[in-house]
Amino acid sequence: MRIELSNIEKIFNRGRHNEFRAIRDVSMEIAPNRITCLKGASGSGKTTLLSMIGCLSRPTSGRILLGERMISGLPERFLTDIRRHTFGFVFQRFNLIQGLTVLDNIMIPAYPLGLDHGELKRSAKLLLKQFGLERVSNNPVQWLSGGEAQRVAICRALINDPGVLLADEPTANLDLKNSREFMELIGNLSESGKTILMTSHDPLVYESPVVDEVVEMHDGQIMVK
Amino acid sequence: MKAFIRKQGFLIDFTLSSLMRRKGKNIGLLIVYGLIVFLLASVMLFSHALRKEAGLVLQGAPEIVLQRMVAGRHALIPADYLDAIESIRGVAGTEGRLWGYFYDPAVGANYTVMVTPDYELSGNEVVIGAGISRIRGVAEGDFFSLRSDKGKTYVFKVKSLLDSESELVSTDLVLISEKAFRVLTGIPEGRLTDIILKVRNPREVQKVAEKLVARLPDTRPILREEILRTYDSIFAWRQGIVFVLLLGALLAFVIFAWDKASGLSAEEKREIGILKAVGWETGDVLRMKFWEGAIISFSAFTLGYLAAYLHVFYSSAVLFEPVLKGWSVLYPQFDLVPFVDGLQLATLFFFTVFPYTVATIIPIWQASITDPDAIMR
Ligand SMILES: Nc1ncnc2c1ncn2[C@@H]1O[C@H](COP(=O)(O)OP(=O)(O)O)[C@@H](O)[C@H]1O
Ligand SMILES: [Mg+2]
Repeated sequence: MRIELSNIEKIFNRGRHNEFRAIRDVSMEIAPNRITCLKGASGSGKTTLLSMIGCLSRPTSGRILLGERMISGLPERFLTDIRRHTFGFVFQRFNLIQGLTVLDNIMIPAYPLGLDHGELKRSAKLLLKQFGLERVSNNPVQWLSGGEAQRVAICRALINDPGVLLADEPTANLDLKNSREFMELIGNLSESGKTILMTSHDPLVYESPVVDEVVEMHDGQIMVK
Repeated sequence: MKAFIRKQGFLIDFTLSSLMRRKGKNIGLLIVYGLIVFLLASVMLFSHALRKEAGLVLQGAPEIVLQRMVAGRHALIPADYLDAIESIRGVAGTEGRLWGYFYDPAVGANYTVMVTPDYELSGNEVVIGAGISRIRGVAEGDFFSLRSDKGKTYVFKVKSLLDSESELVSTDLVLISEKAFRVLTGIPEGRLTDIILKVRNPREVQKVAEKLVARLPDTRPILREEILRTYDSIFAWRQGIVFVLLLGALLAFVIFAWDKASGLSAEEKREIGILKAVGWETGDVLRMKFWEGAIISFSAFTLGYLAAYLHVFYSSAVLFEPVLKGWSVLYPQFDLVPFVDGLQLATLFFFTVFPYTVATIIPIWQASITDPDAIMR
């Protein structure tokens, strides 16, 4: 699915003394079934932009089109629905729920759908197998290594079979070996038809051959190539 | 429909596992909450049961007690007044009583010594209440001494112990033969302490009382309702102290709920953000958290109330003993008749579970309506 942004602005603490324009007049297009990487220094606005695309926050002004549908300005109810079916998130800090097992963490996004429990468990286990996590599936997530935790986060992002995977600084908490494995994994997902949008200031990511498109950001704006 | 039910199942599952994840915190909560409910419920059950008990006791009391007054003071009443009273219309029966208080310096307690036709007692036999038996350490067959008003000590044999239904009235009682009573007190033959009467028609009590005063101007009739009122005021006074306890518990509850209402931990906020980011609706998050609060407060309520029930009805409210004992050395070890008032239960429920649940849900609602992008930082 095509994602199109036009004239996006994000102003934090608007009208207060600490008002801050994090995103200024950004227009771009994210190609379907491709891997796009937002590159830029820390503080350049990558995360802010990613969260607006993923409907975790709203732009102050501008329009976001998802396919033919305009999603900026939709009420919360619809945003939830889009988050649930269109996007899968892999957060920089993974954000797994501590104390729950790997399997439970993966199934959480599917709970509100009210699927058959057995079926849900089967598909969760299939994902775990695919990502080499069978062995740890019943462990609490706090026992996992960094690489494992990220793969669990990816599984969780994929459980509702979204079209778009969003990953914020995916290699920031990984060592070199795990980072390489991640890029390989992302390549496979792209081949299976997912649209992937990442942010990163790690050359291992934005210089990787699997990345189709690199968009550079600076001070809340997109740099022209 | 099926999906909806399954979804609720998932939510409840998730709620339970959430509770288990924060076991320590939740058990602590349960204990504090349960204790507060326990205190509140104990006070409520206890005061209610006590009043009921007093009511029961007085049901068996005579409708009218007749005293003779001399110069405005209670004096002995001549036994031949009995005939005069029996001839009044509406009087169903009379009985002359002999009774009084005896101070026992050994234990610093007052006994109520009484002559009763219900027991066949010889001159040196007594029947005593449970409180006296406890405090003096005497059992059936043991010796028991009483000092006469003139200072002479008489020794009696304990024939049996009173096992009255309600220890509330019988605990300090000594039953004695008429002969022995007259020896102890020096009250001559033909004189009584007071007279009790039964009235044929309860509605005529007032009328009979008027006739009594008309025929025997030196007497004063005391009606059962008046005694009831005195009893009530005694219990009301005691309840006052208990009421302070109750206020304390309420205050603790308010502080406790306030603490809950004032905010969530960073971890809890984060969790709500995660759930929303992965596609949970605000409503789902609220429902889940609502169940969490409801399960805790419902269990705490049940546990606290049950504990209070056992405390009041099966341990004679031991914790309140110091408050209620007051001056009475012979504190009755009464077993109150178990009784649960539905309205009372509902009131307590409403004033604990309801505010707690609201207090927990407000900050959660606040957290769940904010954009979930904070979890990306
Ligand atoms: N909630 C917020 N309130 C105020 N400023 C914010 C908020 N979130 C982010 N910012 C600011 O916006 C800028 C861009 O942040 P971010 O998108 O996280 O950058 P990046 O991901 O590229 O490092 C930063 O300067 C940051 O301090
Ligand atoms: Mg960032």
